[in-house]
Amino acid sequence: MGKTTYRDALRQALSDSMTTDPNVVLIGEEVGRYGGAYGVTKSLIDEFGPERVIDTPISEPSIVGAAVGAAMSGLRPVAELMYVDFIGMTMDQLANQAAKIRYMFGGQIGVPMILRTQGGTGRSAGAQHSQSLEAYVMHTPGLRLAMPATVSDAYHLLRQSLAQPDPVVFIEHKALYATSGELDDQTPVAPWGKAHVPRQGDDLVIVTYSRQLHYAILAADKLAKDGIEATIIDLRTLNPLDIDTIRTHVERCGHAMVVSEGVMTAGVAAELAARISEECFDFLENPVIRIAGEDIPISVSPLLETNSVPTPELIADAARMMRS
Amino acid sequence: MVQKATTPRKKKPGRPPKAIATGRNDMPATEDLTAMYHDMLLIRRFEEKAGQLYGMGQIGGFCHLYIGQEAVVVGLQSASKPGDTVVTSYRDHGHMLACGMDADGVMAELTGREGGYSRGKGGSMHMFSREKKFFGGHGIVGAQVPIGCGLAFSHKYKDEANVCMTYLGDGAVNQGQVYESFNMAALWDLPCLFVIENNQYGMGTAVTRAAAGPALAERGSAYGIPGKQVDGMDVLAVREAGLEALAHCREGKGPYILEMKTYRYRGHSMSDPAKYRTREEVDAMRKQHDPIDQLRELLIKQNVKEEALKAIDGEVKAVVTKATEFAQNSPEPDPSELFTDILLPVSAGTAASTEA
Repeated sequence: MGKTTYRDALRQALSDSMTTDPNVVLIGEEVGRYGGAYGVTKSLIDEFGPERVIDTPISEPSIVGAAVGAAMSGLRPVAELMYVDFIGMTMDQLANQAAKIRYMFGGQIGVPMILRTQGGTGRSAGAQHSQSLEAYVMHTPGLRLAMPATVSDAYHLLRQSLAQPDPVVFIEHKALYATSGELDDQTPVAPWGKAHVPRQGDDLVIVTYSRQLHYAILAADKLAKDGIEATIIDLRTLNPLDIDTIRTHVERCGHAMVVSEGVMTAGVAAELAARISEECFDFLENPVIRIAGEDIPISVSPLLETNSVPTPELIADAARMMRS
Repeated sequence: MVQKATTPRKKKPGRPPKAIATGRNDMPATEDLTAMYHDMLLIRRFEEKAGQLYGMGQIGGFCHLYIGQEAVVVGLQSASKPGDTVVTSYRDHGHMLACGMDADGVMAELTGREGGYSRGKGGSMHMFSREKKFFGGHGIVGAQVPIGCGLAFSHKYKDEANVCMTYLGDGAVNQGQVYESFNMAALWDLPCLFVIENNQYGMGTAVTRAAAGPALAERGSAYGIPGKQVDGMDVLAVREAGLEALAHCREGKGPYILEMKTYRYRGHSMSDPAKYRTREEVDAMRKQHDPIDQLRELLIKQNVKEEALKAIDGEVKAVVTKATEFAQNSPEPDPSELFTDILLPVSAGTAASTEA
């Protein structure tokens, strides 16, 4: 299919899914005429009509609640939450309804909906529009969680999310929309739920996802100049978590680092570090290092914002320390 | 269960259905009234037994009884059409039975057994039946209301001539999600009948101490949703209002609100000593407005014989006894059930419209 952007790959995934499946509907604030706050759903309303691309009032709890009801009755709703920072507004429908319905009803019915949203820093959006809240979702049994880092995954993870029988929270990164790359729309880099290993080295393993994948790659390039060869694991989905791939590489390298933009305390990095420590203890030569967001709100100032989350330099420095 | 009226109407694609004969002001046939009596009595006896089993420690957790409110759900089900969907909150046993769900499965779910509708995982507040179009059974006050909008959205999207009956209580009307849903339902003309079961009390707070403004039926007026206050202790008044409101929704005119003035005789849940009201208030309601007594008197006026009513009593008692035995004898869920029904295996495809 050639070169495209993360944003266009997402739009293509929605368009292709809607063409294939008449039960797919988009529902959210400004998804229709406006085209989405970040332009992902641009012109889909022209292609599929206002019956399938539905502009909603600003009512996050009920957008998600309506998606739950629609999913229970045979539709495949893709609800959009403009910023993941608003997920607190929807947490009742997400955690108490969507995540629990299959279990509470004894497996008779599931909620095959997607909640598409975006998070992360990079646009001076401030404390209420820059967070990385994937831990809230990962902490809730009954929810799937996908976090694409690449153009290919923007397309394939989203298309495959629309085939999942359970609710999927799909968190994009606001700093990635304009990034570009090759898209082969026939072949994903890995099946849904499996990690991808874009770089393989013997000296340490960097486990990451979303934008931090790109920072890890930049760091690995620097490290290679110093003779340190890193393996990079892009998790792609946090539920399911592909612990097998992590274990395989950590056992081989003996050094592991986890990189996440979410805050350090009780976050995704903490969970990953604990899992690696438990599962690979006998193979580890150092404690697992967490490189994560600082335990602070995100500032508008670009300088402060940049230093709130891991940078390629920080990742490289930590790796050097680990291997020194 | 209640005899359902006629077959579903065929609907021309893309056009809202024409007005249907609502049967307004028509007295239902005696056999339909008898069926309603049967259903109301079944709910009453079922709930009395559930209360007993709770007292004996055989039902744990929560158990919100519907005693006193039977006319609401039975009257509305008698006005519904095949394919109409129902969603409600946690005082839900009556809704399940009125939808035609099996008393054995409901009672066994109350006792948390394998034979229950949710195989012991849901309990009193969480049951579901695809076949009977009952979408739960939800435990968070007001959270079922947006879900009802989603169900109604599906009816409209799939061009079905059906309505989602979304029940909520007088406590739920003060939740924010409810007003978001009213707005969305009105904005999109969703076929959603909001049924506010005003039983006068939240957990222990009288509606007058919690809800500002006039009648709850008017809570949709800001969105242009018509509302009506109904004597929810009179099954015929409920049925008539239901026929009118459901016809409105079915005709593509958007949502409708029915405020059912009703009364629960028991506490909010089994742990409620009900100190917020007097014994006299409850007794007066029972003596003067009991929905089952009222219908019984009507049936006798219509020359239904005492023996026929006694036969219904016996039939209902047998159903409840059988359900109780089933619920007591059904095994506990297998320990392996702890980890099932959380997530299905990941799918490898790209799109699927299979029933979830």
